[in-house]
Amino acid sequence: MLETILSSIFSAGTFNQMLRSATPVALAALGGAMTEHAGIMNIGMDGMILMGAFFGVLGSWYFGSAAAGVALVLVMGVIVGLFFALFTVKFRSDEFIIGTALNTFALGLTSFLSRSIFGTGGTKGNPALPTVHIPGLDAIPFLGQVLNDNSLFIYLTWALVLIMWLFVYRTPYGLWLRASGEKPETLRTAGVAPERMKWLASILCGLLCGLAGAHLSLGQLQGTFAEDMANSRGYIAFACVIFSKANPAVAYAAALMFGFFDAIGLRLQEYVSSDLTGTIPYLITIVMMVYVVVRSRRRDMRAGRRLPQRQG
Amino acid sequence: MADTAVRFEHVSMAFPGVLANDDVTLDIRRGEVFALVGENGAGKSTLMNILYGIHAPTDGQVFIGGTEVTDFNPRTAIGLGVGMVHQHFMLVPSFTAAENIVLSREPRKGRIFFDSAAARRKASALAEEYGLEVDPDVPVGQLSVGLQQRVEILKTLYRGAEILILDEPTAVLTPQETEELFAVIRRVVREKHMTVIIITHKLYEVLAISDRVGVMRKGQLVGVRDTADVDEQTLASMMVGRPMLYDTLEKTGVPGRELLRIEDLSVRDSRGLPAVRGVSLSVRAGEVLGIAAVEGNGQSELIEAITGMRRPESGRVWLQDRDVTGLDPGAIRAAGLAHVPEDRLATGVSAQASVADNLLAGRQREARFNRFGFHRRVSTVERYASELYERFDIRGAGVRTAAGDLSGGNMQKVVIAREFSFDAPVLIVAQPTRGVDVGAIEFIHSQIIAKRNQGCAILLCSADLDEVFRLSDRIVTLYEGQITGQYTGVFSKDEIGLGMTGGNREAV
Repeated sequence: MLETILSSIFSAGTFNQMLRSATPVALAALGGAMTEHAGIMNIGMDGMILMGAFFGVLGSWYFGSAAAGVALVLVMGVIVGLFFALFTVKFRSDEFIIGTALNTFALGLTSFLSRSIFGTGGTKGNPALPTVHIPGLDAIPFLGQVLNDNSLFIYLTWALVLIMWLFVYRTPYGLWLRASGEKPETLRTAGVAPERMKWLASILCGLLCGLAGAHLSLGQLQGTFAEDMANSRGYIAFACVIFSKANPAVAYAAALMFGFFDAIGLRLQEYVSSDLTGTIPYLITIVMMVYVVVRSRRRDMRAGRRLPQRQG
Repeated sequence: MADTAVRFEHVSMAFPGVLANDDVTLDIRRGEVFALVGENGAGKSTLMNILYGIHAPTDGQVFIGGTEVTDFNPRTAIGLGVGMVHQHFMLVPSFTAAENIVLSREPRKGRIFFDSAAARRKASALAEEYGLEVDPDVPVGQLSVGLQQRVEILKTLYRGAEILILDEPTAVLTPQETEELFAVIRRVVREKHMTVIIITHKLYEVLAISDRVGVMRKGQLVGVRDTADVDEQTLASMMVGRPMLYDTLEKTGVPGRELLRIEDLSVRDSRGLPAVRGVSLSVRAGEVLGIAAVEGNGQSELIEAITGMRRPESGRVWLQDRDVTGLDPGAIRAAGLAHVPEDRLATGVSAQASVADNLLAGRQREARFNRFGFHRRVSTVERYASELYERFDIRGAGVRTAAGDLSGGNMQKVVIAREFSFDAPVLIVAQPTRGVDVGAIEFIHSQIIAKRNQGCAILLCSADLDEVFRLSDRIVTLYEGQITGQYTGVFSKDEIGLGMTGGNREAV
């Protein structure tokens, strides 16, 4: 019994599922890393993903092509990013409130539009993103099975992780971005307006979260939209951002960890109630956050920002 | 005849409700060290921020090197050769020294990539050229303040500054670091023919470093003098607009019995590292014991341990012969201690609460302020607060306004008023005049000495050595959590400076 469970857990299928579960979270986390570096607390990623998921399907349905869906997602991603920056950067509203508002707004808007356009809360069977077959990769046992024949955006995500990492840590703009979050006045006195970087980060975040949503609806679920389909992935992405200190590569690793436990949960459904297994990724997220809190408390203590806990 | 580096013509700057600069006309000559002095809020920093392009003046013209500035922003000012080292350093703590130096003008490779090797090379080359040695690869957050200041200066030099503005550069330095800074200033002026404008509170520094000095008061430039023609008294009087009588603090009485004793106290800092290592001290009634130390050498932790805000690792604290080690702050206060904390915004006042509530804090449970044990008698509270407000010469919009709306000096007076009104026999006073203007300093000093003369035991901790000298009967130097020297009577600045940097360790 245990042996069958274990072999089913550590199968190529599980790791393949890990990639699939991780990718929307990872894309959103890449976006969240941008706003995090720019010093914006962004809990609105869930709404951004949901908008991406919906507009991807809408574009795909209307124009009859997944590429058109993605194009619409990119346009909407920029608009959502601009909207987010307008309130958080320009009007200096409370980031927490704006993030929450964005999530609520996205949920309402997508459900409303879905019901008006499709007649129900969801739609399926619309043109989807292609899977990619890399010839020769199958020759590698196990790894080939895991890495080959995945949805397009899984590979795109790898490229984006590299690009965003280079952007943040290897370009002058990355320096400005980090400075705009850590010490905005320093950047200003150096002659670069920190607000510019914050706007840029918001737009990038809107774009990347939009892609995360598009992957979810057009890639993973093959042209399906369902109400609230982001299903808190934006919050898990936020957890990955905090956990990784907004390092794109580490955030991707964190998303993989989430994906791994999500995949295990799916496997275990054969043996345990799915209600229970469904909690695993969220439990892992909580563990991650506990770690983050402990780490940041240590850091706060170092910075002397907090009075020490009294021992004894 | 030297030519003009900077020219202000009838410059005025109005902020909502305040005229920060009022018709200032001033020429600064190329290749001179020009000192700008004045009380807090006199408009020195505003004037320099205009020069650096942070503010656009509401009226008047500014010329840099003969060019009229039309577009006020730092980028333009930097382009015209102006560099500014702000009082609060403009450095990104997690960035290396090299990254901070090149920020916004990064060397690139392949047009879009940051060339960090070139940045490091350029930073090192500049450091060597100007004798400002600094490790380019260390995150600046880990550097000492003195070194951070070097990074700031290097940053301006990297950007090609010919006019260097230093805003209160010595406020955070040891005497030795100050001397090094002055040597650098003299060198860049002599060898590179730079112009240096230095904003400062410390008048002896004006005399030591500057060629000319401009005095500002209430937004106006009240006079420009050749430094050779003035002395500290003259400058101080010009600054406050009335004759200043320094050193009139009259200390009376002889020290009485010991009220505060610290035995072999060791305290760890928030990282869990030893911050205070086996410190023993004793303060008697009617004396001020000054602690001279560069920031980060354990003085903060020492005070936190004495006042109950941090638990000591070992050792004892005796307050009026009672062991108060490890008690909570309330219990220690009740045992007869009052505390003016070093950071008035973080622990000294509640910025959102009213001045009255801040003045009341610590006494809020007293019967006279409460009815039935829970109903605050507002009028009694306000009457009590107003009385302190008058007595301690707090200047603001009354006791009902939020404490956070007061200026730094007046906020500090609120803290002093509250703590000094407890009639505690032991006073712990940390950084009592940090960021406070000359007039308020005079007042606060006189209050401290009055307490001393009444027989309080006072432990004073200040980064301002002049203050420690002026108020203390005895001084101890603290370096890396240990006492490196004890001084009584006539203090020598060099000797104490050496103690503050551990330079006298061999001798002790």
